[in-house]
Amino acid sequence: MADIKTPLLDELEKGPWMSFVTQLKELAKKKPMVRDVLGLLETSYEEKRGHWKHGGIVGVQGYGGGVIGRYTDIPDKFPEVTEFHTMRINQPSGWFYTTDALRQLCDLWDKWGSGLTNFHGSTGDIILLGTTTENLQPAFDEFSEAGWDLGGSGSDLRTPSCCCGPARCEYACIDTLDICYELTMAYQDELHRPMWPYKFKIKISGCANDCVAAIARADLSIIGTWRDAMKVDSAKVKEYADAGMDIQAEVVEKCPTDACSWDGSEFKVNNEDCVRCMHCINKMPKALRPGDDRGATILIGGKATILQSAFLSWVIVPFMKMEPPYDEIKELLENIWEWWDEHGKMRERVGELIYRLGMRNFLKAVGLEPVPQMVYQPRANPYFFWWPEEVED
Amino acid sequence: MAKTDIGPPHYSKFLPPIIKENYGKWAYHEIVKPGVLKHVSESGAELYSVRVGSCRLASVDFIRQVCEIADKYSDGYLRWTSRHNIEFLLSDASKVDPLIAELKEKGFNVGGTGNALTNIIHTQGWVHCHSAATDASGIVKAVMDELYEHFENMDLPAKLKISLACCLNMCGAVHCSDIAILGIHRKPPKIDDENVNKMCEIPTVIASCPTAAIKPNPKAKSVTVNEERCMYCGNCFTMCPAMPIADPKNDGVALLIGGKVSNARTAPMFSRLAVPYLPNNPPRWPEVTGTIKKIVDLWIANARKGERVGEWINRIGWEKFFEMAEIPFTDKHIDDFIFSVPTFRTTTNFKW
Repeated sequence: MADIKTPLLDELEKGPWMSFVTQLKELAKKKPMVRDVLGLLETSYEEKRGHWKHGGIVGVQGYGGGVIGRYTDIPDKFPEVTEFHTMRINQPSGWFYTTDALRQLCDLWDKWGSGLTNFHGSTGDIILLGTTTENLQPAFDEFSEAGWDLGGSGSDLRTPSCCCGPARCEYACIDTLDICYELTMAYQDELHRPMWPYKFKIKISGCANDCVAAIARADLSIIGTWRDAMKVDSAKVKEYADAGMDIQAEVVEKCPTDACSWDGSEFKVNNEDCVRCMHCINKMPKALRPGDDRGATILIGGKATILQSAFLSWVIVPFMKMEPPYDEIKELLENIWEWWDEHGKMRERVGELIYRLGMRNFLKAVGLEPVPQMVYQPRANPYFFWWPEEVED
Repeated sequence: MAKTDIGPPHYSKFLPPIIKENYGKWAYHEIVKPGVLKHVSESGAELYSVRVGSCRLASVDFIRQVCEIADKYSDGYLRWTSRHNIEFLLSDASKVDPLIAELKEKGFNVGGTGNALTNIIHTQGWVHCHSAATDASGIVKAVMDELYEHFENMDLPAKLKISLACCLNMCGAVHCSDIAILGIHRKPPKIDDENVNKMCEIPTVIASCPTAAIKPNPKAKSVTVNEERCMYCGNCFTMCPAMPIADPKNDGVALLIGGKVSNARTAPMFSRLAVPYLPNNPPRWPEVTGTIKKIVDLWIANARKGERVGEWINRIGWEKFFEMAEIPFTDKHIDDFIFSVPTFRTTTNFKW
């Protein structure tokens, strides 16, 4: 195997942060495909441009997604990456692993692919970068045999993801891992066979800290919350104060709704005014906890900029109990998909469709009542519609 | 034929015994020191999570190395965070320091907890993507090197989350980050008429343009682009390979700042344009790392305790930010896309 010179990339082996270049170079010693990735990347660094073509249509039997085709535009120079396809493997809920499971994934990808991965992709999948068209089916067969399945790609349900939830977090108001798993299993067909106007992402966070960025990144965001009084242990608040925390400045004055107070011995929360933002709990987790009547706020429409600007998800159900088998959220999801599938234009995310057709049409179609929690403020213009049955002939 | 639609393995297979026993029973946590979280259960059980950064672009050998360490210290149990960090899950407190010592000896980066810089989430860049306007892993490495002390020490006013997307498709969804590094193009796509006809569905290409800049060109059985309306998003290229938009001379990086995803204190916020263009200057993008360091240093020097970048700027006002950061304010900073008007200042209340 010819040695490959990468003077530009070598500069990225310096410095304290872990170097991906070092990892690539190690792998290139045994993988011709990775040697050519290095060569191609060095070429990109020289020319300041990428060298990959649009994906062609590749896949495995029985699936419409989960595999992304990738080909270099300079195969003469780097023949080993003529084909360099990606496989998306559905991650376990909360990204928990055993070393046995990880080694199994590594061994399979060593056998069938480049050995390069992303832990994890932006949506949450285990991304396996770089294999040939020929290897896709046998690779999938062995992953399936070992108990791993493909994630979503294209115009389908993208792999749902969730935070670590009740497995490792006292803030979790819902069982994010179970909800994520149950929804993923319930919608395998939607996940694996693209048939919608565009992609649809579901993310589940156990509390309003939203560690999986569900409001920013998911078409359907499920955020754990509560609706009774939060729990307060003033003695523990005092411990934080005694340890040096300025409760007034760091907690009370940061409360967005002026809902708490501290007089040096008692920490009071006015639960009527509390919006459950998590700030005070974040500051003093030993002293403050969510209430007992727990469930989720459901929001819709989050997405990045393409096409009609980035949207943050907005509230459609202020509170929903989240208990197995999660029929209420499943019914809502199915109603949403039916409406979007019927009315959405090609490559129109559900949030953009609601923007185009209006919340009133959306709410009516999916069977939700309008409530003030859905908006920051009511409209300021007089251009509202009446349904025919609301006016006289 | 292999089984289809089996779904992911059930998560319970991968949870360590201490988590199975205390699932949903965690009482509180504390950050023992940078990189170490201690979760305490109502039962009194203590779980230590030791966090290390990792490259998102990871080799199987790297993961195997991580596995060896996890076998030695955390009974083979570990997890990844939503930001490419690895967490070793230890039920034995006495193993925490030896684990950290071995991690450091092997060149791992321990930290990323509390009021620190956490790992940068990012996209593929030139290593794997057809529409990248810049690289991803390379800039991320350079920025993490530049700001490294803030990953290891919890010395910042608040959390600092930096993200990178290598084009406007933003598959990294960087739009709610304290600092977003975004690959941008600056010239309209070139049209390869012959291949548009062969490779692309013309109505789809026309519909893909957010500013309706693309019109049919029946004579050539292709399309034309109204260059005055094109804002170089590259969405047409996504739909049609015969409209390449990459341009080594003009592609580069924009910085958007002040976003957040959490609901704590304030609603989630979008990042907003601070620097419209910095050149692609591989391998270490000094203009990008230098500008980010300057912004971070300014935030450290001026923010109140607990203020994220966006909360700090909202308090002082963007006009003050631009003055303090010595970043020129240009016509690029004033929105002219479809939701622009609510960003215009409709009051006489502003600072000099």
